[in-house]
Amino acid sequence: MTTALTAGLGLKPRHYDAALACPADGLWFEVHPENYMVDGGPRLAWLEAIRARHPVALHGVALSLAADALPDTAHLARLNELARRIEPALISEHLAWSTWRGAYHPDLLPFPRTDAALARIADNVSRTQDVLQRRIAIENPSHYLNIDGHAWDEIDFLAEIAQRTGCGLLLDVNNVYVSARNLGFAAEHYLDRFPGESVLEIHLAGHTPDPALGDKLLVDSHDAPVAPAVWALYARLIARIGTRPTLIERDDNLPDFATLLVEREHAASVLRAPLARAA
Amino acid sequence: MITADMTSMPVPGALARFQDAFARALLAPDAAPAAEVASLAAQPGFSVYRNTVMKGCIDALHANYPAVVRLVGDEWFRAAAAIHVRAALPAEPTLLRYGAAFAGFLARFGPAAELPYLADVARLDRYWIEAHTARDDDVLEPAGVAGLTPDRLAAAVLRPHAAARWAWFAAAPVYTIWSRNRSDEAPADSPDWQPEGALLVRPREVVQWLAIDAAGCAFLDACAAGRTLGAAAQTALAAQNDVDLARMMSTLLAAGAFSAIIFHPGTAEEQP
Repeated sequence: MTTALTAGLGLKPRHYDAALACPADGLWFEVHPENYMVDGGPRLAWLEAIRARHPVALHGVALSLAADALPDTAHLARLNELARRIEPALISEHLAWSTWRGAYHPDLLPFPRTDAALARIADNVSRTQDVLQRRIAIENPSHYLNIDGHAWDEIDFLAEIAQRTGCGLLLDVNNVYVSARNLGFAAEHYLDRFPGESVLEIHLAGHTPDPALGDKLLVDSHDAPVAPAVWALYARLIARIGTRPTLIERDDNLPDFATLLVEREHAASVLRAPLARAA
Repeated sequence: MITADMTSMPVPGALARFQDAFARALLAPDAAPAAEVASLAAQPGFSVYRNTVMKGCIDALHANYPAVVRLVGDEWFRAAAAIHVRAALPAEPTLLRYGAAFAGFLARFGPAAELPYLADVARLDRYWIEAHTARDDDVLEPAGVAGLTPDRLAAAVLRPHAAARWAWFAAAPVYTIWSRNRSDEAPADSPDWQPEGALLVRPREVVQWLAIDAAGCAFLDACAAGRTLGAAAQTALAAQNDVDLARMMSTLLAAGAFSAIIFHPGTAEEQP
């Protein structure tokens, strides 16, 4: 099923009608499941209508897998209920924490990558997959801080979680670019080392310089088109690992649907390149 | 009470201590950060997390309380919301439901005292969210009660629709203030200063609202409490002795305020 997905778009309520009507071949959509964890009403009806026409992926932001706690049972149950209803093509989450001691912090927060953190996260991923009865993908987050106390490199850490739990990975190329600029490493080297066989999905998005610090601190803001440097990294990655379902995220400063479709077509054309070479 | 035997208590792991310290530093930028995160809070990148968390919560309240925003303006709203967020982070990640305590916060918030109706306007914004996200439910059509004998009708119970929300505001025309500020074409003249009731319904996809009187609110309260239609009618009359009961019923039924009529033949219904 997932092999049929080409390039997709994050789905925003403002674009429901256009998204529903769009006939583009291979088009799919991704939503944050948290926005649809309601008892009823138009939101669920819209999502079900979209799902009847296009594949939909659920991209969670709140399982808080890296919190030193078990995943919230009620939240996991709601995710499972939505997954039964929508039958998503993919379910993904982040290598981060957000809910802590009952409070939800709407962000993807960092932590020191230690052996203890690895054990906790691997256990949380396994519990999640047990409830959902399926494989999920874990995404590399954007980084803004130099954290002492990392015992693990991020790629090795993700690969070890995949190894222990059987989960897949979601590689966000913009997050790699932003993190590389903020922490001072080479994005190309990171992407060249990333275990391609585990990648179930790729994310692309726009970023912006921090309003106070400018280019010294890039923010993964999802409020701009994908940057040329990120497109170049993406093409390099696809040339190495082959095609993967690729999603363009846009959450703020939203253009009309047609403009997003042009960006989406850019990704689709990159995905056609390896097929053209193979033909 | 803390006992002397601290050694038997589980010691939080390093990751938990990190997360406690990080979460505290996110919300209290002026306090000295704990040792676990001191070197992080000093980096410029820490403010990205602070800003994202605060912006995410404030944006959610801004989206969930549009009539309040219109009454007080963006700047005032965001400043007040920031105070509320620091005291009450979301308890769950579905931000569409965030702000259950916001109307109560506004009622106690000193700078809002100039607008004594503001908390009630927030309550109606909240009712809109509740109606919008309520479970889908059947709608009892007016035809469903047509032709019933008065005795049979009086002994039946009307069940309010899952999305129906209502309130009576004795001190101010809160319905008029709220409904004008939910639309773009708010008239400039001030409303007649009188008590008002509001009913929000979502019989199908779209939330709708109408003004209702004290009798209508009392009637709905009685129905929600499981009283018979006869008892609910008595309650409505007690609230407003000149009420036209037939007209009130037909207004509520046409709005889609009920999901079912339940008959309890032969059971001992509680009578007033």
